[in-house]
Amino acid sequence: MDKLELQKIANEVRKGIVTAVHAAKAGHPGGSLSAADLFTYLYFEEMNIDPKDPKKAARDRFVLSKGHTAPGLYSVLANRGYFPVEDLKTLRHLGSYLQGHPDMKHIPGVDMSSGSLGQGISAAVGMALSAKLSGDSYRVYTLLGDGEIQEGQVWEAAMFAGHRKLDNLVVIVDNNGLQIDGAIEDVCSPYPIDKKFEAFNFHVINVADGNDMDQLKAAFDEAKAAKGMPCAIVMKTVKGKGVSFMENQAGWHGKAPNDEQYAQAMEDLKKVGDALCQM
Amino acid sequence: MSDVKKIATRASYGNALVELGKKHENVIVLDADLAAATQTGVFKKEFPERHIDCGIAECNMVGIGAGIATTGKVPFVSTFAMFAAGRAFEQVRNSVGYPKLNVKIGATHGGISVGEDGATHQCCEDFALMRSIPGMVVACPSDDIEAKAMVEAAYEHVGPVYMRFGRLAVPVINDRPDYKFELGKGIVLREGKDLTIIANGLCVAPALEAAEKLAADGIDAKVINIHTIKPLDEELVVAAAKETGKVVTVEEHSVIGGLGGAVCECLSEKAPVPVKRIGVNDVFGESGSAAALLEKYELDAEGIYKQIKAFV
Repeated sequence: MDKLELQKIANEVRKGIVTAVHAAKAGHPGGSLSAADLFTYLYFEEMNIDPKDPKKAARDRFVLSKGHTAPGLYSVLANRGYFPVEDLKTLRHLGSYLQGHPDMKHIPGVDMSSGSLGQGISAAVGMALSAKLSGDSYRVYTLLGDGEIQEGQVWEAAMFAGHRKLDNLVVIVDNNGLQIDGAIEDVCSPYPIDKKFEAFNFHVINVADGNDMDQLKAAFDEAKAAKGMPCAIVMKTVKGKGVSFMENQAGWHGKAPNDEQYAQAMEDLKKVGDALCQM
Repeated sequence: MSDVKKIATRASYGNALVELGKKHENVIVLDADLAAATQTGVFKKEFPERHIDCGIAECNMVGIGAGIATTGKVPFVSTFAMFAAGRAFEQVRNSVGYPKLNVKIGATHGGISVGEDGATHQCCEDFALMRSIPGMVVACPSDDIEAKAMVEAAYEHVGPVYMRFGRLAVPVINDRPDYKFELGKGIVLREGKDLTIIANGLCVAPALEAAEKLAADGIDAKVINIHTIKPLDEELVVAAAKETGKVVTVEEHSVIGGLGGAVCECLSEKAPVPVKRIGVNDVFGESGSAAALLEKYELDAEGIYKQIKAFV
């Protein structure tokens, strides 16, 4: 798939995020939008998956360790054909299968329930280990927040993955720089993130702009070629990317837009979409 | 009972895993630097490639177990009860319980009979913690035979199972041809009409002894082994309560939230009768030999007998 097409899909994924969170009147748009390009790249380009057979044994796996950005995952899954895009509007509603955080029991395409930070990466490590034990060739991807890596369990998992040389594992850190209480370096700095993963015996790839498809492609191609070590892709992103008033605002970590804000957000995204169609 | 064969149920756990590993290729055993103590070391010797030492990182180990389970293999996550149920409680709840993954937790060194290590390692809260997780099976065997049967049954059961094993060598009491193990089904070990003693784990043998002492005093006690605390065999518990009118629970666990709690919850709704909960009375343990501690905390035959005498 070419870059322009991926960009258009990412823009649709963003519309789905904003629509879902608006309909839910709650949820986490900021970190969903920062990772929208990554979600799109993984599900439309990188991963070996089949929406018609979500449980296929040989599929690649994805664990959303930063589970609160479920709107981003749900939107990409819907756009990829796992379930109707229309259902995104039921997010967080009583009786909906689209739970506030990923629920593998009820949502097609969700490989692991997650949401309690620091836990998803361990499950991803378990999946990667299992593939190694039985000689399966699938790969495992997991996305963590830069605030999430303050959790100690992340480093327990990283130590194990490095020790076991799980080169079928790619840990992605969404470095949008903000967490609920403010800038990550003000709250409890996890920097330097790349050096930490290096010290845990990871092959580390820094991505200067994680909202750029070319840079994502280069990173994932490099990750695939790296052997004998797990990979960590540390990508700089913009929290709230694509919605002008949400960009780089910690306040939009976990807040839904009101009707007026929703209209403006969709207008922003429509403009991006129109511009992409002119290209 | 000096001529009776004794074996710690943690040893039974290790041996049962080896047997399971021979039969099923998808059995994976995880440990957290305690393979010698949890006795998964015997599995490691037999199947080194299927024994995963996660290092001293129990929370991560539980998550790895969850990830492995999503791929169809059956992980047995092994460490001390304190760390499996205590330290990793939230990982068990959110990464295993909520997605209802097929993870088996083999928790050794439960209760005060851990002995000399003292209170930090004597977990008397694990039944209560694990029982509160929806869908979790919680069980504790009374001897070697039951422990082995339990491991086998846990493998066959689809879904999470928490099993508590002990450090102390305990007498083999279930060596009889008609012994049959079924998760969720209690076993009547002695008939009686004056009261019912419901016990599990290493308290079953002294509870039986206490029943004999009571018999000498003219008190006829029924004894039930409830190896599975959840799901509780409510039918059997309710029937026994109605039949005998009084119930005593005996466990090597806090009197809060364990077997005694489960029995009281059941009976208060379905067959209210006086219940005496014998266990660890909302206190931390301490260092000492297992035998000395069981005596001090009145969980040996004499202590159980005395407490029941005072109750009836």
